[in-house]
Amino acid sequence: MTHVQALIDAVGLGSVYALIAVGIGLVFGVLRLVNFAYGQLIMIGAYMLVFTGGWPDAAGIAVCIVAVVFASLVMERVAFRPLRSSSPATMLVATFAISFLLQSIALLRYTYKNKPVGDTVGTLAQLNRAATIGSLHVRWISIVAIIVGVVALGGLALLLNRTDIGLQMRAAAADFRTARLLGVKADTVIAFAVAVSGLLAAAAAVILVVQSPQVTNTTGLDETIIVLVGVVVGGIDRLLSATLGGFAIGFATSFVGSELPTPDPNNLGAWPFSTSVYLPSVIFGIVILVLILRPAGLFARRGQGAAERV
Amino acid sequence: MPKAMLELDGLEVRYVSVPAVRNLTLDVQRGEIVGLIGPNGAGKSTTLHAIMGLVPACAGDICLAGRSIRGWKPEAVSRAGVALVPEGRRIFPHLTVDENLRLGLVGRRNRHGVEKDLAWIADLFPVVREFRARSGGSLSGGQQQQLAIARALVAGPEVLLLDEPSLGLAPTIVDVVFGALNQIRERGVTVLLVEQRAQRTVALADRTYVLANGEIRLTLTPADAGDTERIVAAYLST
Repeated sequence: MTHVQALIDAVGLGSVYALIAVGIGLVFGVLRLVNFAYGQLIMIGAYMLVFTGGWPDAAGIAVCIVAVVFASLVMERVAFRPLRSSSPATMLVATFAISFLLQSIALLRYTYKNKPVGDTVGTLAQLNRAATIGSLHVRWISIVAIIVGVVALGGLALLLNRTDIGLQMRAAAADFRTARLLGVKADTVIAFAVAVSGLLAAAAAVILVVQSPQVTNTTGLDETIIVLVGVVVGGIDRLLSATLGGFAIGFATSFVGSELPTPDPNNLGAWPFSTSVYLPSVIFGIVILVLILRPAGLFARRGQGAAERV
Repeated sequence: MPKAMLELDGLEVRYVSVPAVRNLTLDVQRGEIVGLIGPNGAGKSTTLHAIMGLVPACAGDICLAGRSIRGWKPEAVSRAGVALVPEGRRIFPHLTVDENLRLGLVGRRNRHGVEKDLAWIADLFPVVREFRARSGGSLSGGQQQQLAIARALVAGPEVLLLDEPSLGLAPTIVDVVFGALNQIRERGVTVLLVEQRAQRTVALADRTYVLANGEIRLTLTPADAGDTERIVAAYLST
């Protein structure tokens, strides 16, 4: 049964990573910008949950969502908009700068000296307990992550396919200039995409904080890097392939992690490290293999170059 | 004289320091078709791009019904009632024909008469109705061109700009496009038509300007349509 438990946990982590992948992919679609600072939006959300630790969970989550959406809009207005016509490399470096800036602020203000291990969130962390279904022990948060992932991605699909603003976003992602010629307001569509991506970052922040309640200035950083790898492996050109890439790498990380051999504590000579040391090697080995075999992305359409991105 | 629907006054456009359009002055009265022809690189497309706000004008003015629109963003120009059918059609290949048309509604100023306009457009280009559920990319070049014009018309524009709509089309489709332009004029839409097919344009348009090296060289009327020598001479007089 442990395999089934591992499978459910893997789908749970895959769902969180899929949320992050969509958040990154949406902004890439309309701006051609890989937002490396996405992890720090998650960090801001995580800190909001720490600050509101004594509040009811719903209020804390609401504050987290509002703060992250606001932060992503500020990021767009202050940093992305002035650079919109710059080269992709310039924009990428700018997002690195924002990422390091926000990490440093968090380090100086909240983590350094007084709380070296970080801050913990309040009652939300109880979701990390296991629920017993038959002979299975599944963590509540895995179930919540799967539900949130399905609801958020389903809602986004409806938004993109059934609403006017969704249609405008798809058009802008495919050919921004022509979309503007038809009257699509560039600033509105970009702000909307950025706000939705902020909403997804907030959702990811809530789930990640429950899984690891110690919030530090690097919360969200590793996840974003791994998801970026997943997005590239899946194919960043289309939202669907980027999402699948994010899900796949989350699933693989969790599943491979639990299926790797566990070291025997009495015989550490044979296994000098914990298994987590092998995990990145295995994952990135798979990534290299995929990129060699399918350079356009694992889920990219065959024989197709630039495609619809959103 | 009433205010011209579209007026360019001493328009200048430069790419870095190279002038693409020089001191261009022309006007299009309400309900007219005005042609703009000339050799490659004459500045025809650049003129349309400057009107739409895609490239900045470095001197001169662009007026829509007497109001300057110089320096406006493309989406603002579109929402003010100017629609461009871009060169190469620029259909969204992964969106359906219907979705492509719905995008045309984005720039529409009032929702009045949408149904009536859609019916008229579907009569003008029956393929648009026939293939409404197909993806734009699955249409042939001629069908895509009809969809591009239909998409521009859905916006209910006062001024329709067309950038080489007959480029790469089969002769029968060219007939469809030019026939449609006649009907569009009858409906009161003002048209500025950039074309390579000089003779057909001169015959259709109320006036046709010959542009070379960014300057107007000659103005032709439908009476000149048979005068091939004059048109050719205008092209070669650079």
